[in-house]
Amino acid sequence: MSWFTKEKAGIEKSDSKKSKVPEGMWVKCPGCSGTILSLDIEANQNVCPKCGHHFRIDAVKRLKNLLDEGSWKEFDSGMTSVDFLEFKDAKSYQDRINAAVAKGGSKDAVICVEGAIEGTRVQVSVFDFSFMGGSMGSVVGEKITRSIERGITLKQPVIIISASGGARMQESILSLMQMAKTSAALAKLKEAGVPFISVLTDPTTGGVTASFAMLGDINIAEPKALIGFAGPRVIEQTIRQKLPEGFQRAEYLLDHGMVDIIIPRIEMRQKLSSILGMLRKTDF
Amino acid sequence: MAAQFHLEFEKPVVELEKKVDELNALAKNGLDISSDISALEARVEEMRNNIFSNLTRWQTAQVARHVNRPFTLDYIRLIFSEFVELHGDRNFGDDHAIVGGPARFEGKPVMVIGHQKGRDTKEKVYRNFGMPNPEGYRKALRLMKMAEQFGLPVITFVDTPGAYPGIGAEERGQAEAIARNLREMAALRTPIIVCVTGEGGSGGALAIAVGNRILMLEHSIYAVISPEGCAAILWSDGTKGEQAAEALKPTAKDIIRLGVIDEIIKEPPGGAHRNHQVTAIALKEAISRNLDELEKLSADELVEDRYRKFRAMTRCVE
Ligand SMILES: [Zn+2]
Repeated sequence: MSWFTKEKAGIEKSDSKKSKVPEGMWVKCPGCSGTILSLDIEANQNVCPKCGHHFRIDAVKRLKNLLDEGSWKEFDSGMTSVDFLEFKDAKSYQDRINAAVAKGGSKDAVICVEGAIEGTRVQVSVFDFSFMGGSMGSVVGEKITRSIERGITLKQPVIIISASGGARMQESILSLMQMAKTSAALAKLKEAGVPFISVLTDPTTGGVTASFAMLGDINIAEPKALIGFAGPRVIEQTIRQKLPEGFQRAEYLLDHGMVDIIIPRIEMRQKLSSILGMLRKTDF
Repeated sequence: MAAQFHLEFEKPVVELEKKVDELNALAKNGLDISSDISALEARVEEMRNNIFSNLTRWQTAQVARHVNRPFTLDYIRLIFSEFVELHGDRNFGDDHAIVGGPARFEGKPVMVIGHQKGRDTKEKVYRNFGMPNPEGYRKALRLMKMAEQFGLPVITFVDTPGAYPGIGAEERGQAEAIARNLREMAALRTPIIVCVTGEGGSGGALAIAVGNRILMLEHSIYAVISPEGCAAILWSDGTKGEQAAEALKPTAKDIIRLGVIDEIIKEPPGGAHRNHQVTAIALKEAISRNLDELEKLSADELVEDRYRKFRAMTRCVE
């Protein structure tokens, strides 16, 4: 598959970036302050083997860990963002898009595939946080909506693994509208009786949390993931007081009834498979 | 109404208006200066039209947030009759930043829901500056579901800086409340007409704005983030709101080009805050016309119409 080799080249490139497991042989783990061999972390799905700290993980690597080998194909990989507002701050949006694409890997902040988890065919979308902070503009909204629509047509469960700072400012009102569009597609999915599982990873905030990411029939979080509507800094500035310890972390959301379960990355594939097996309607 | 507040760029007009008032007072005392007065009045009008037809995006944002601009309860009073305000989300509390309840529109029962801001300090605090907590969105959804149950069209008024960013809001699931509204509004089996009347602030606005028709007042704004919020992030300087407003292109004129809104409602000379009555009449006419069209559609067609509308909101290349 030519697609696979292309993506593989992308992984190697982005794995050398410091956003996931820092470069070099040895890594100081922010969880346990231990010094760990970076190869050991990478071999453990970017989770510290000593304390279970979850480092961020490349979208393609995550898919490889989750899906049956050779079971998947990507959709809409060529779709790219357009600077239709000619948005410019320090840099133009077009320059930001070009720079993000040039880093290798994906053409925008989400990868959408059809694949299998222990034999169950599923539609999976995985965010790439390294692409403009996983922000959602037209491309992300459109790819996710199509993924949900394929789920409806093919009666395949839909899984979205989020890591996003929220709606993309550079597409202004149209980014906002992606929240409505994706949520409207989920209304149809629900009507069709097809399961939707939302997996929230570090960090998931803003317009992504306030749309599909909170609408799972089952909402799953990775340990310690930052999940919220407003960013912690915005809240701090608004209320002018320090935020409580552990605020907006996965465990806090679990305590407040917003997520169903926290699942460590290492167990994600097996638990998802188990859940999907039980949520299957017999008339599928 | 509270004392008139004037924006910086309104001041030249206000100065001239004062002169007209002075001349009128002199005329009352018997001076024959009627031609001077009408000449000055013509100048006032020309100046006002000139200013308001050339507002920058930042100035438009100021008009959209004007403290004398009509708020939801003003529109309800001017456009509807028999409004019965209903309170609470049946779960946690009653959010004063969102008001709603059944009312009659041209004699027909409808459900009205909108953000509510305050005019004086006390009311601003009471309304939490128009920034809802989750219970506000849940109250809105409860009323929309009630509308669906009894076959009432839903008419919403959007005017918020955004959903409230606070500890309690996060604890009680601000994101979930907004998200649920988006999904449920998309599937609501009754007509929904949205009127963006002031500030359309991000997800906090959208949570009551998934409609079949979206009308927007001429000097309102609607964007993914406030100009100040955008400036704080992209310029690392919250005072660069003017640049951010230019970049975000949040005005009705900007947005109608993207197919996000259906209609721009013209405001009276000098903006909606100068004449609530005239603004309300224009809005009422547009609501009436759109409602007539939507009432011809079946529930299935309404849901499909709404889906197609938002489904088409995409700009990308493949
Ligand atoms: Zn560790």
